[in-house]
Amino acid sequence: MAAKGNTCLARRGSKERDTLADSDLQESLILPSALESVETVESKAEAFAQKAGFDEDTASQIAMLAREAAANAVLHGNKSDRAKHVHVTFTLSQDALSIRVADEGAGFDPDSVPDPLSPEGLLRPSGRGIFLMRAIMDEVHFRQLSPGTEITLVKHRTQN
Amino acid sequence: MSMNVKIRHVEGVTVLDLSGKITLGDGSIALREAVRDALSAGSKKILINLADVNYIDSAGLGELVGSYTSVKNAGGELKLLKLSKKVRDLLVITKLLTVFDVKDDEKEAVAAFNK
Repeated sequence: MAAKGNTCLARRGSKERDTLADSDLQESLILPSALESVETVESKAEAFAQKAGFDEDTASQIAMLAREAAANAVLHGNKSDRAKHVHVTFTLSQDALSIRVADEGAGFDPDSVPDPLSPEGLLRPSGRGIFLMRAIMDEVHFRQLSPGTEITLVKHRTQN
Repeated sequence: MSMNVKIRHVEGVTVLDLSGKITLGDGSIALREAVRDALSAGSKKILINLADVNYIDSAGLGELVGSYTSVKNAGGELKLLKLSKKVRDLLVITKLLTVFDVKDDEKEAVAAFNK
């Protein structure tokens, strides 16, 4: 599904989208706090993951986790406030694909999420998104902004 | 809608054939409503067929867990049938495979309800 409304594209470097190089490709999006934005991030992440050369399953997982990060930004960070935006940057280097997602919310402590593998956590209906990111991606970084929270997902390309 | 649900009844077991994606929004809501409707209709034995679900996110996993809890709290039993590799991988990572009774064969699953 395509993003509607206030979408802004920015690109660093001179390479065109259809001729993605193996390094220094970056694309940034500023998206409204809406579920449509989550779909946009997912499809863009999958395209980047495919360009990075990841296999189909890995590309699908990366896209799913980018979707999770975007959903967290929309729902938990910005609390679906359409006046706030989700800032997403995809960076494809020779070494890795990096996906950075930032919200404009009040901030978030990733350590506050209960362990979903604990006996009491297993039956909780929520709290698995960040766990899956940490389990599947090679690196997951959080940074507190003012305001907002930024999460960076990194998958190395060394195996591809 | 990202997911479709078809309902069948086999030897006293309500089978929900899901197809598509169980994700945040429509997919997870459709699953929740299907399980709720089955419970409202008096079903106590619910088998969720995931053969045609090749995509699930954390919200979808959460909805499966919520369905499991809802059915259990209603005095019923919920089992899963035919996991795709992608869904199974996520259930393994999240250890939810230890929560659900998962079957690969429908006849075997139905029989397991009626033991």
